[in-house]
Amino acid sequence: MEKFARFIHELEISNKTNDKIDAIVRYLDVAEEEDKIWLVALFTGKRPKRGINTKLLREWAIEIAGIPEWLFVESYHTVGDLGETISLILPKPTHHISKNISTWINELAALSKESDEAKKEYVLNAWDGLDVQERLIFNKLIGGGFRVGVSHKLLVNAIAKQSGIEANKLMHSLMGKWQPNETNYTNLINGLDVDTNISQPYPFCLAYPLEQEIENIGGPEEWQAEWKWDGIRGQIIKRKGELFIWSRGEELITEQFPELEKLKGMLPEGCVIDGEILALENGQVLSFNSLQKRLNRKNVSKKQMEETPIGFYCYDLLEYEYEDFRENPLSARRSTLAGLISALPENTTIFLSPVIEYNSWEQLANIREEARAQNSEGLMLKKLTSVYNTGRKRGDWWKWKIDPYSIDAVMIYAQKGAGRRSNFYTDYTFAVRDGDKLLSIAKAYSGLTDKEIREVDNFVKRNAIEKFGPVRTVKPELVFEIAFEGIAESGRHKAGIALRFPRIKRWRKDKKADEINTIEDLKNLLNSTRHADRTDKGI
Amino acid sequence: MSIISFTNKGIYCPQGKFYIDPWLPVDHAVITHGHADHARFGSRHYLCHKFTEPILRLRIDPNLSISTLDYNEAITINGVKVSMFPAGHIIGSAQIRLEYEGFVAVISGDYKTEYDGISSAFEPVRCHEFVTESTFGLPIYNWLPQKNMFDEITNWISNNQLQNKTSVFIAYSLGKAQRLMKGLEGIAKLFVHSSINNLNKAIESNGIILPGTELVTIETSKADTQNQIVILPPALLGTNLIKKLPNPSVAICSGWMQVRGSRRWQAADAGFAVSDHADWPGLLSAIKATGAEKVYVTHGSTATFSKYLNEIGIESAEVATQYGKEDDEEVAEPKKEED
Repeated sequence: MEKFARFIHELEISNKTNDKIDAIVRYLDVAEEEDKIWLVALFTGKRPKRGINTKLLREWAIEIAGIPEWLFVESYHTVGDLGETISLILPKPTHHISKNISTWINELAALSKESDEAKKEYVLNAWDGLDVQERLIFNKLIGGGFRVGVSHKLLVNAIAKQSGIEANKLMHSLMGKWQPNETNYTNLINGLDVDTNISQPYPFCLAYPLEQEIENIGGPEEWQAEWKWDGIRGQIIKRKGELFIWSRGEELITEQFPELEKLKGMLPEGCVIDGEILALENGQVLSFNSLQKRLNRKNVSKKQMEETPIGFYCYDLLEYEYEDFRENPLSARRSTLAGLISALPENTTIFLSPVIEYNSWEQLANIREEARAQNSEGLMLKKLTSVYNTGRKRGDWWKWKIDPYSIDAVMIYAQKGAGRRSNFYTDYTFAVRDGDKLLSIAKAYSGLTDKEIREVDNFVKRNAIEKFGPVRTVKPELVFEIAFEGIAESGRHKAGIALRFPRIKRWRKDKKADEINTIEDLKNLLNSTRHADRTDKGI
Repeated sequence: MSIISFTNKGIYCPQGKFYIDPWLPVDHAVITHGHADHARFGSRHYLCHKFTEPILRLRIDPNLSISTLDYNEAITINGVKVSMFPAGHIIGSAQIRLEYEGFVAVISGDYKTEYDGISSAFEPVRCHEFVTESTFGLPIYNWLPQKNMFDEITNWISNNQLQNKTSVFIAYSLGKAQRLMKGLEGIAKLFVHSSINNLNKAIESNGIILPGTELVTIETSKADTQNQIVILPPALLGTNLIKKLPNPSVAICSGWMQVRGSRRWQAADAGFAVSDHADWPGLLSAIKATGAEKVYVTHGSTATFSKYLNEIGIESAEVATQYGKEDDEEVAEPKKEED
């Protein structure tokens, strides 16, 4: 635990990617063999099963610290993290326990079957034998993730550096369904678990936003343009008679979308297709608002399936006849994919995402303006010669999104952020005018610089009117331009309107609170966008 | 009975007709310590600890009308006996003890209970009314003992030296900077920014001996500072002076660094929870030691701390003041426009 605690501390205080990679390499150099696999597991979201309810942890911590519950809650609001709050309020340790990470994890796993009393005894003894940083790790092993700014890509690069194995192969080995208890570190990083696992997805190829003039990326004939669909990016795998659907977040989501199950009988063996899960009607794409009704549901009713049918738009072919197809140029992958889709029986579920015909960048720019009418968020530009990259690679794929909507609104509530921002008021609620009153319409917490956040924080501290738990009502004075991707009617919001992906575009220091937009402005916008969403039954 | 009241100018003693740490100009100001939120310009006459005098002259005006006291020394103003006791916060910081007809009030200003190696150690003073800060008035704030903290810092410096890095500390120029100088004396050469150097000179004019330092400026050669220790005030975080240092590794020293969120918030390489304010156990022990019947809680977690005191049977009220707004703990806060 000492090594791991020191390692996590090093990761936390480093801001630079290379420092983080070096910290991981240093840890892997000294870590016990059986602890290494847990590093990979913890950093790729494979937490051990939660054996102890966090509510109990909280209860015991409050009891040991001898403080009232409300004071614990206040502390928690300042720290922004339950495991850390507990680690800080406990009395100083009286002895020191030294065990491997894997030992701690296995003991905790075994404990899950024990009585609450046995759990309590174990946890209290552990707390009393660990310093603040070690306690934090211990609490995180029980429940909660490690937010230390290590992406899968960074982890893979570090392991690649330490082991000498190619990053591409590692990414493939580390994604997917392995269990830390069923393999070991050496087998894992050498990909020995991969072949037996027919559900194994490929890492998604991602695009950078186009921030330069379109002319600078080359001639239009070198590029393939497609609509950028606003759904759930997914990978469909058909191998050995089985179908797997992965989301970009590396979750298996096969069961969430029963409509897609029929693809099992339709798709050829040994193929993997990259595409977008969308709400469709007669093959046409509906807005994300429609799709949202189908997300994160444990059970899907017949009615929901009828009202919001799901389909899949195919972008790319990653595996064909059990062959890794990613090294072929896009043009070749695309024509094979087109052939594959056209050979399927007629259906209303799986479609080839159309390629846009254009001759000049200017023409394409005009076509892009029509994106919203198609429920698309802009264009994707992919180099015809490009291979299917692992992760993000600058220059091969670009996303060229349309500009978001924006309105001016005034800040009315503020709340402290979590984690890194826990000491500052960083989460704001904004309102537009409704006659003489203000009507809250969105909550947003990104888009300001650190300096601006401090300024706003200062304003909140000086101008708080009322407290509701962690929320402060503030004098409606600061005006912000709020950008958002979409607008929909909503029964859950007081204003009757929900904005999609609202964020702060900029602080309008030049505007006063009486110059902000009105609820009528938003209703007009809603009406003007409604034609694009032909069947959204919510409206 | 009460001998203090809270007014829009500051803490007032009606019997003695003077203010303690007023934030608006008054005739007679008694000052707890030299930090800018407690010692403000514009009053006609100042009374402070003798170590604070040169600091006020440097920071406010060399021609101020100032009289001084030593610790445990008393004078009487309009029948109120005024004396000063060490607050342990920074050099010269004092708790102001007021006594009138046997009734005692203590205004502690800012304080910490652990001896920091350079400021006179905090002394609890029995009183009827006690005014306390609550900067770190939450149970999550438990400082490491000074020795352990400096061991950690020293380790960090050694690691930096192994990697050919220069150790840069961001610390408030009055208080934290001198505490670091003292704690790190002899480990490597100490370089300080001119704002710290000016305060060092003011402090030394009173006969206090500080560790030897050299001045660092934008012209200082890299060969001089390589692998050494550089102490800079918060305003210089992220500026060219740091970028011009050889391979700098930057640490912020502030109580807020106790929480990971705050550590990550700052663009620094390390954060050490070194504070000149009392931690949670420190606040509680100090308050209990006064035996006060009534405790006034000023700047910090006022509402929370006051509520807790009431719950554990110590009568307490929160008081709105202007202290803590130019807080020395708010490292890297950009200088406010109105200042």
